[in-house]
Amino acid sequence: MAESFRPETPDQLRDAVAWAVAEEIPLEIMCAGSKRSMGRPSNAERRLDVSALRGITLYEPEELVLSAGPGTPLADIEQTLAERRQQLPFEPPDLGPLLGGAAGAGTLGGAIACNLSGPRRLKAGASRDHFLGFSAVSGRGEAFKSGGRVVKNVTGYDLSKLMCGSWGTLGVMTLLTVKVLPAPESIRTVLLFGHGPAEAGAAMTAAMKTPYEVSGVAHLPAGLAAGSAVSHVSGAGRAVTAIRVEGPSPSVAYRCAALRSQLGALVETEELHSRNSVRFWSELRDVSPFAAAGDARCVWRISVPPKSGAQVMQRLIAGTGGEAYLDWGGGLIWLTVDAPVDAMHETVRAAIAAPGGHATLIRAPEPVRAAVPVFQPPEPGVARLLRGVKESFDPRGVLNPGRMYAEL
Amino acid sequence: MKMPEPDAAVIARKDEIAAALRGIVPGEGVIVNDDELRPYESDGLTAYRQPPLIVVLPETTAQVSRILRYCHDNGVKVVPRGAGTSLSGGALPLRDGIVLGLGKFNRILDVDYDNRCAVVQPGVTNLAISNAVGEEGFYYAPDPSSQIACTIGGNIAENSGGVHCLKYGLTTNNVLGLELVLIDGEIVRIGGPHLDAEGYDLLGLLTGSEGLLGVVTEVTVRILPKPETARALLVGFPSSEDAGACVAGVIGAGIIPGGMEMMDRPAIHAAEDFVHAGYPLDVEALLIVELDGPESEVDYLIGRVEEIAKANNAVGLRISQSEEERVRFWAGRKAAFPAVGRISPDYYCMDGTIPRGRLPEVLSRMAALSQQYGLRVANVFHAGDGNLHPLILYDANEPGELEKAEEFGADILRLCVEVGGVLTGEHGVGVEKRDLMPAMFTEADLQQQQRVKCAFDPKSLLNPGKVFPTLHRCAELGRVHIHRGQQRFPDIPRF
Ligand SMILES: Cc1cc2nc3c(=O)[nH]c(=O)nc-3n(C[C@H](O)[C@H](O)[C@H](O)COP(=O)(O)OP(=O)(O)OC[C@H]3O[C@@H](n4cnc5c(N)ncnc54)[C@H](O)[C@@H]3O)c2cc1C
Repeated sequence: MAESFRPETPDQLRDAVAWAVAEEIPLEIMCAGSKRSMGRPSNAERRLDVSALRGITLYEPEELVLSAGPGTPLADIEQTLAERRQQLPFEPPDLGPLLGGAAGAGTLGGAIACNLSGPRRLKAGASRDHFLGFSAVSGRGEAFKSGGRVVKNVTGYDLSKLMCGSWGTLGVMTLLTVKVLPAPESIRTVLLFGHGPAEAGAAMTAAMKTPYEVSGVAHLPAGLAAGSAVSHVSGAGRAVTAIRVEGPSPSVAYRCAALRSQLGALVETEELHSRNSVRFWSELRDVSPFAAAGDARCVWRISVPPKSGAQVMQRLIAGTGGEAYLDWGGGLIWLTVDAPVDAMHETVRAAIAAPGGHATLIRAPEPVRAAVPVFQPPEPGVARLLRGVKESFDPRGVLNPGRMYAEL
Repeated sequence: MKMPEPDAAVIARKDEIAAALRGIVPGEGVIVNDDELRPYESDGLTAYRQPPLIVVLPETTAQVSRILRYCHDNGVKVVPRGAGTSLSGGALPLRDGIVLGLGKFNRILDVDYDNRCAVVQPGVTNLAISNAVGEEGFYYAPDPSSQIACTIGGNIAENSGGVHCLKYGLTTNNVLGLELVLIDGEIVRIGGPHLDAEGYDLLGLLTGSEGLLGVVTEVTVRILPKPETARALLVGFPSSEDAGACVAGVIGAGIIPGGMEMMDRPAIHAAEDFVHAGYPLDVEALLIVELDGPESEVDYLIGRVEEIAKANNAVGLRISQSEEERVRFWAGRKAAFPAVGRISPDYYCMDGTIPRGRLPEVLSRMAALSQQYGLRVANVFHAGDGNLHPLILYDANEPGELEKAEEFGADILRLCVEVGGVLTGEHGVGVEKRDLMPAMFTEADLQQQQRVKCAFDPKSLLNPGKVFPTLHRCAELGRVHIHRGQQRFPDIPRF
């Protein structure tokens, strides 16, 4: 078992990285470890556990800003925010159960480092859109910071964007600042029953083009809808297309009615109110349809132009024999395939070649993740830039080497 | 303001460089005469002027690629330029460098309503995008006051904002993809109509990189369906504290308005004298709060904001009853810069951001500075997100006044940083705030940023002299400093 360092202060963390740099010893960077089985497997000799750097250091509800250590559990942050009727707008998923672990283990550092966002991403933006600033230690063993604690800031390069989604390969964050937003007064979901994929695609596109500020647009084929814990969904016996509306109560009621009359003319409709809405969207967010205990199939997360989502999904299901559903108005496909050797990566990536986009292997046995490109292989020009960026932060490759791409 | 020492050898090669560029861009696209270069000598920060060596106006990405490769191979510096409205000197030319103008990249290439995006060339103006999609009921949300003139390429470079950014985000939150030409001529494409980046978020890095990393030749932006309706409240307050408390109250109540703008007394008076928008003149602060969305939502929220305003000592509260009246409420705010321009021979526009709660303190310290420097200041404020635009009034014909205004401005920005804010909220660092960067960043912070620059432009030929106070060579920045001896760090807990 590799030795772990568990610094309790940013200075200790800097010393640990400086030591690794001097000795050229690669480090596996981790928080709670809830996403350890995502990405390419690590072969680092030592582990740098940042989970002791935890706690909210600043929360000013009226400034819409919160700072916390990377090891702060998301659950703590969400609870603190809820007390002031606020939330993390990007709706970070809890992929613990999907990855065979416990629920509720995720941290702020993990959510930002992996740029994971839930269904509201299509309206509110991704975690990268709410990440305002950070302090970190680079792969040179140097403490540095970027960004700030105000929403509007263009002072210098926006390195927060690079850190968000860098999977710990550029720097080890010691403090993060995010923008928070008021939680909606009311949440409802319009359900449209019985769409085939093509009709679902058309309905989702139409919903996205309305002025009703929809904050979630998804489609579950009949087989997956049946597994929902929300009875209106599981009991439908048909495919379900879902459209979420959030905001002040009178507005939500008005917009739901408008959506039902515009999109529900030909199909049966239903409405989920607050608690059922929350439960339904957290199932989609956490990929619950593929998270049942014992389900070991490979899982892909595929981002495509939203309009092509339904068609690509059909092609993927036909080509892989797997199961899939759509989120982000069609722009996000969650696919599971029973392919324990190669995760059918060639079929998956071929399916998105024409519309464009990217596919990430989220769950797969370790040997598969070592052998198959987990992240979308970049074009050569982009690959060169990614390498240059990596070298600028971590020239000796001590921070999570190979976690994203073999050569980074 | 010291710019990098011009390279006399490059200046001496002007004819040769011009001939090479003519081989790439035929006809009138290469400008060499002093008279014709003059219009390019400054951008919106007119205090700084420097005619470039040559201006080149390519029309295709292939030409941009060949120009950059030529400049790279021949050690010629390049300053990209959109409409030249930058307020931070981002497009200020260099005596020994070419200006690469993107004005001819002015076509909207594709509008894809189903994917809610538009693909445009970088020289398209911000407003032209909204105009192009308006008939279908869509718009492009970020709306800088300069939107008639400024280009989307410039918006990307500066990560520009506007009054609607509080609810809809800055440029960076509304861009989906780019085509970029690197200094060595390589063309790369990043993003597209799909969401999120593969690999590192280069799109996010490039947005706001002030023309230092590459030349943007195509942009994919998010377009949004227009809200069904919008209405505004116009509210006066007896003090900036009251106005600030009202803003905090609105956000604390869970309301994120489409726009929330504040003006102080001098700005109110200047704007009212100029456009007669009907602003109250006996108040210390004026707030415009705009709500947008479905009518039922707007009516409901207007009522709630009205209550909050009244609880914070509002005077002369008005609610727009028609589209015409809403536009009139905004007219004064939108004309605030030219309005201030009328009451002073010159003005200098600052752009710091502060934590909103510190506003009263910052305003009162600014008033003290105003006394100290003997220069008037008017304030317009993106109140929702803490972005301040103090306008310092001065007369450039009075010897020493420009310098005094600049020092006053620098003190204001240092004050912003001191209270937890930043040097620039939306106008960029450029040359203007370059030397103030150490007020916010340590040398290690700045060096890390410069190393990223090295990954894109190792010879530092793209827009040098901007953003970074000290130019380091990439080789020097690349060195790893090892601190042996401290390695064993016994105090770090391990298991
Ligand atoms: C009256 C007035 C009001 C303004 N109001 C606002 C406001 O409300 N909000 C706001 O944010 N800004 C505002 N600005 C500032 C300015 O308009 C913005 O910064 C704008 O984005 C600049 O666009 P531009 O096309 O004029 O770019 P330029 O001034 O030509 O260039 C700006 C920077 O972008 C780079 N650049 C330009 N095009 C490209 C390209 N294709 N590829 C790479 N780099 C490029 C240049 O090198 C330079 O560094 C205002 C300016 C004025 C004069």
